[in-house]
Amino acid sequence: MTPAAPILSVRDLRVVFDLDEGQVRAVDGVSFDVQPGQIVGIVGESGCGKSVTMKALLQLVDEPGRLAGGSIAYRRANGTILDIASLDPRGREIRQIRGAEIALIPQEPMASFSPVHTVGDQIVEALQLHARQWRPDGGRLSRADARSIVVDLFRDVGISMPEQRVDAYSWQLSGGLRQRAMIAMALSCKPRLLIADEPTTAIDVTTQAQVLALLRELQRKYGTAIIFITHDLGVIAQMASEVVVMYLGRVMEQGPVDSIFHAARHPYTRALLRSMPSLRGTTRVALPTIAGSLPHPFNRPAGCPFNPRCEERAGPRCATHVPELREVVAGQAASCFLHHDAAEAS
Amino acid sequence: MTTGAAMGEARAASPALLRVRNLRKFFPISKGIFRRTVGHVRAVDDVSFDIQEGEALGLVGESGCGKTTTSRCILRAMTPTAGEMLYRTRDGRDVDLAPLSRRDLRPLRAEIQMIFQDPFGSLNPRMTLFDNVGEPLLVNGMRNRSERMDRVAELLRLVGLRAEFMHRFPHAVSGGQRQRIGIARALSTNPRLVVADEPVSALDVSVQAQVLNLLLELQQRLGLTFLFVAHDLSVVRHISDRVAVMYVGQIVELAPTSSLFARPRHPYTSALLKAVPVADPRVPTGDVLLKGEVPSPANPPSGCYFHPRCPFADERCRRETPPLRDIAPGHVVRCHHAERLELAGAA
Repeated sequence: MTPAAPILSVRDLRVVFDLDEGQVRAVDGVSFDVQPGQIVGIVGESGCGKSVTMKALLQLVDEPGRLAGGSIAYRRANGTILDIASLDPRGREIRQIRGAEIALIPQEPMASFSPVHTVGDQIVEALQLHARQWRPDGGRLSRADARSIVVDLFRDVGISMPEQRVDAYSWQLSGGLRQRAMIAMALSCKPRLLIADEPTTAIDVTTQAQVLALLRELQRKYGTAIIFITHDLGVIAQMASEVVVMYLGRVMEQGPVDSIFHAARHPYTRALLRSMPSLRGTTRVALPTIAGSLPHPFNRPAGCPFNPRCEERAGPRCATHVPELREVVAGQAASCFLHHDAAEAS
Repeated sequence: MTTGAAMGEARAASPALLRVRNLRKFFPISKGIFRRTVGHVRAVDDVSFDIQEGEALGLVGESGCGKTTTSRCILRAMTPTAGEMLYRTRDGRDVDLAPLSRRDLRPLRAEIQMIFQDPFGSLNPRMTLFDNVGEPLLVNGMRNRSERMDRVAELLRLVGLRAEFMHRFPHAVSGGQRQRIGIARALSTNPRLVVADEPVSALDVSVQAQVLNLLLELQQRLGLTFLFVAHDLSVVRHISDRVAVMYVGQIVELAPTSSLFARPRHPYTSALLKAVPVADPRVPTGDVLLKGEVPSPANPPSGCYFHPRCPFADERCRRETPPLRDIAPGHVVRCHHAERLELAGAA
């Protein structure tokens, strides 16, 4: 990991949901860093806690969930460090950061835009609320100025006829355009960190290629750091420079993208990569599988969360002790006793 | 326009289990207080293909291309607007499914079955798994409960579940297990043709492989014929013998899986393959070869439907609709320029 000061540093983050049936530990001790201008990919299957982690970063965890521990150190533009985890979810400080300094691209743009306001109006509202990002002198942003900013943004994200499209309702736009409008909204307040939660899951593959290219170009142009969440290993391989692999609320492995795909250490990462059909391998033969299924959240296995499905268990303590995330080679960390032992022996 | 020879018959010797000819399904667009029809959505627009007995035919395309409507027509969950669907029954008769009445369809329903996409929505939550899987048996005349029990137990074992599962309700099993239940239900009537519409797209990667393996194994064991509808090209490639690519209601290319992926002959197929992000950071992919968006099937472009997005389009493509024609043995394509294009396949 580079010695540069990270823009975001998450340590031992915990989010629990108190339900009638018991407590669900959705995020159970997650740690990772995001360097300025970096694209960090977070990958995992359903229920691994990737989306809840991102909501926690913006203090958006809904009832009955709550932050139960850990810190989220966010470095502001002036260099001061703020622990987002300690902020009041409804307080002034988080509201200044949310949408302005840290912005979110949600998974379902259809559900995220209001259908009764034009997309342009909704972005203008965000712009006026966070006018400080455009008017550092503290002045107000007029409606006309905000609107012309939106038109420029629409042009930037590749929406044709931006002057007309700002007055469209979200349901009048196609899936690809709607996601572009959402990206324009996320970028409208010049965020320093962008959280993209499965931004291309709901759209087709040729449109997905366009949206991914756009995100990559914007990241180069503005140097925005991006946390990219997806279950699609292909998208991760093509987008991220650093990858975090999650399973049942814990980080299994993290490292540079090339090491994750070519020198994965954790048995879960390895099994996941093997089980995918590809565009190149042999067809119509049995794929290697991961035995069993994801456990129910109330039935978390003791010890390493992956141990009941693991084919490379290190020994009986896999079922009794939780392996912590530890660096196993330079820049690459894994939560697995197999590698802890090897790292200690060498 | 489309002849039998142009259908890409992989195993021309054996007669096809299903021959689809010039299938069309249009949905009316109505407007005003009198619901006057002002146009049509051409969801399926002149689709022809064969499915040989025992093969798996993949049907791919982006949303709105008509792949699901095609499969619904074959299942006769919809009545096609025009065209023929000649099905060879178990007793060797050729029947056109398109004009059949509900009553005439009934005996054929057991032979043509469906696996659904959503394992959560396709099982009745108020019925036990026994009732969910056993209902088709009851409908098809197996009245004796203990006989049904035995058959359900056998089916559950066939899809890799313990027989005790039959007493549970759908909410008590995982997504992958539910999809297995859906497969068991589809197999309960000993079908010959199974239409699977996105059977693994709602599943996690680690479970997806298990279900794909199960489908392959069942196909070999029971000699099933599959029409496999999906948008994920790697999944389709893995399971299909031949693949048909659809675009705006039409088949633009149909070929044996290996040739289609190694050497596509239609610019759309090639662009689709290049757009898929490969799970290897050393292979840069996810190229944007296509500008713009898929046109609406309510108002398709003139000539070749793909011409506004095609990098090779010329005057002829704007004017003339290309026919689906042979370009290599078993390989058909709907493009005027297929011969002279050097298109890239999957990396």
